[in-house]
Amino acid sequence: MPALAELDELCDTVARARAVAPIGGRTHWEVGGPPPTGDDVVLVRAPSGVVTYDPADLTVTVGAGTRCGELAALLAVDGQECALDPRDPDATVGGLLATGLSGRRRLRHGPLRDRVLEVRFVNADGRVVKGGGPTVKNVTGFDLPRLLVGSLGTIGVMVQVTVRCEPLPAVAEWFATDADPFAVRAALYRPSCIAWDGTRTRVLLEGVRADVEAERAAIPGACTTAAAPTGPDGAHRGRISVRPSALAALGDALDRAGVRWSAEVGVGTVHVAGDDEVALAGARAAAVDRGGWLLREAGAPALDGFGRDLPSPRLSARVRAAFDPAGKFSPGRLPTEAVDG
Amino acid sequence: MVCFPRTGAEVVHAVRAAVRHDRAFVARGSGTGLAGGATPVDEPLVIVTTRLNRVLEVSVDERYAWVEPGVLNLDLTREVAHLGLHYAPDPSSQQACTIGGNVATNAGGPHCLSSGVTATHVLAVEVVFGDGSVAMLGGLEPDAPGYDLRGCFVGSEGTMGIATRIAVRLTPDPPVVRTLLLDFTTIEDAGATVSGIIAAGIVPAALEMMDAEITKAVEDYVGAGYPRDAAAVLLIEVDGLADGVAHQVAAITRVGHEHGARTVRVAADEAERALLWKGRKSAFGAIARIAPDYYLHDAVVPRTKLVEVLRQVYAIAHEQQLTMMNVFHAGDGNLHPLIVFDAREPGVWERVHRAGDEILAACVAAGGVLSGEHGIGLEKREAMPLVFSPDDLDAQARLRDAFDPSGRANPQKVLPRGSRCGELQRVPEGAWI
Repeated sequence: MPALAELDELCDTVARARAVAPIGGRTHWEVGGPPPTGDDVVLVRAPSGVVTYDPADLTVTVGAGTRCGELAALLAVDGQECALDPRDPDATVGGLLATGLSGRRRLRHGPLRDRVLEVRFVNADGRVVKGGGPTVKNVTGFDLPRLLVGSLGTIGVMVQVTVRCEPLPAVAEWFATDADPFAVRAALYRPSCIAWDGTRTRVLLEGVRADVEAERAAIPGACTTAAAPTGPDGAHRGRISVRPSALAALGDALDRAGVRWSAEVGVGTVHVAGDDEVALAGARAAAVDRGGWLLREAGAPALDGFGRDLPSPRLSARVRAAFDPAGKFSPGRLPTEAVDG
Repeated sequence: MVCFPRTGAEVVHAVRAAVRHDRAFVARGSGTGLAGGATPVDEPLVIVTTRLNRVLEVSVDERYAWVEPGVLNLDLTREVAHLGLHYAPDPSSQQACTIGGNVATNAGGPHCLSSGVTATHVLAVEVVFGDGSVAMLGGLEPDAPGYDLRGCFVGSEGTMGIATRIAVRLTPDPPVVRTLLLDFTTIEDAGATVSGIIAAGIVPAALEMMDAEITKAVEDYVGAGYPRDAAAVLLIEVDGLADGVAHQVAAITRVGHEHGARTVRVAADEAERALLWKGRKSAFGAIARIAPDYYLHDAVVPRTKLVEVLRQVYAIAHEQQLTMMNVFHAGDGNLHPLIVFDAREPGVWERVHRAGDEILAACVAAGGVLSGEHGIGLEKREAMPLVFSPDDLDAQARLRDAFDPSGRANPQKVLPRGSRCGELQRVPEGAWI
């Protein structure tokens, strides 16, 4: 556990405050809704640093305020990693989990929510609550860690998390090809990422050298080694989630909306960036038309929420109210309708 | 009262009937659960899902299937096998257990070491809640907007509602699979080999351990070619592309020899591989030849504590004068101590229960948890305070109540009575939430 005095102070602050917003590295500060502002909003930081790490357990427990880049460097010493893959290594582990933004290698490594084994958070009363457990396998009680992932700071202040680690791959290489990305997907066994921007397809292969070479040979058509793609950049950014089969049609619509984009084929995540808010709004409309949604990551202050109603809004509101009856955590984020009855 | 709905609409009718008559209801699949999660208490309406057994849709391109909850786990894999796909979670009861039950218990299995338990394979669930309303949790897109309600529902043991349709991820069959059997003269050597494999940067598809007693019992039963005089055997499977698999087989062989493996046997063909697995999967049949009854436990400890806790498990068995066998998922620290006994023996149940309590306490003391894949149900409900504080249990009770405000869905399971603490702070007057 983090230093008790530090944690006690945090609990005390949360218990007293009328409005609280957990703050990490401010790298994802705009995600999901307007950053909480106002004189009565108390910004709180989670403790940082490693609590326990035994490489043979393939798990690591850290203060939620630990930066992802620092965690990656620590694990790499023992030939391990936790595939958090934030856009910015200065993101804190807790901050990244709160946004629920999975990394580029989700196709192989799975979503962010599958990484988390145990979470400790400070609840609205200023008490530390534990959910999950520290072992790699656990079905003891209800899955609070998954509730916390993507909750945008509205359930509690995460202070300590245990995440699953993996051995670092011997080789990780990007390749670029003009081949149809969906044909690439069908041809490969376990690519780590297939990124497609409408013209070029970039493929990340991980494993032992011979496996990477074998998979490379299976990529249809000509391909070359390439640099890792940089995400589309711009003042107004967002992330689309659609079912993977909708990507081909969505790509055309995004071009028409005038945004730059990079789709994760086989996953259904599309990173988009535009030079103005209108373009990002167009991208959101294109996603919603295809059953998806867009989460604002930066800029475009009017585009809060997801672009469509929350599914099960009353249930979501009850869940939030169950943990935060006064709505003190991250006010303005994760819109919910009033609980009736 | 028991009903056997054939459609989701009939499940809604059944739940509404329970509401009208102010009854609780309990969903039940094949009844293979080991923690009593589907056991009716106080005469609830039992809603059996076994006739909701259709595979509704299979997508090869997107690698998912929509199934009804009563579809048997292995039947789904059989149905999609010709497409080169399978459903990854493979509990030992996979021939009999339903996918709805797997969702309820967040079931595991030997191959969950590399592929993850049920929660990582469920994309969406259509749920009938305690008031008869219906909602879709999750979806085929990578993330649902807002809270991960799907993630909360999986593993909730029927206390948040009944699943009527489930979208599960299908996994491509690996191009190459190799199965190895390593045998040891001490449990410590086998345990050190498990750690050594992980330390070598290898996470096998499956990494199972069987101790001396169960190895002998299995060999006498099916003749799988296990050495009858081993103190422990490891059954290890690796899969993937050809070269990576060859690399892993070589590394595991080396690690095994470094830690005193007497033999490292790599199955030469599919028949030998099937035989090795038959030994592992026949464990529960084999013990029937030793005694008429058994009590199977399920707990998880950090991988690094495996041998230490196993030693304690043997000491507990010795003290309670019980026969204890161990066949378990060593790769993820998931212990399954198996107490073999004859229930007709006077006083034996007390000793079996005492041993069970002591085993759980030993696992928790080693930094472990109460269940890795069976769930809490009724069996371990009262043990929950071993790992959770009153505040932790209160948070879980709040989550459950948010899903089922009426408390009608499988009450009395998972959480011990009195889990809900005093109310959190009141909503300030005039505040809008």
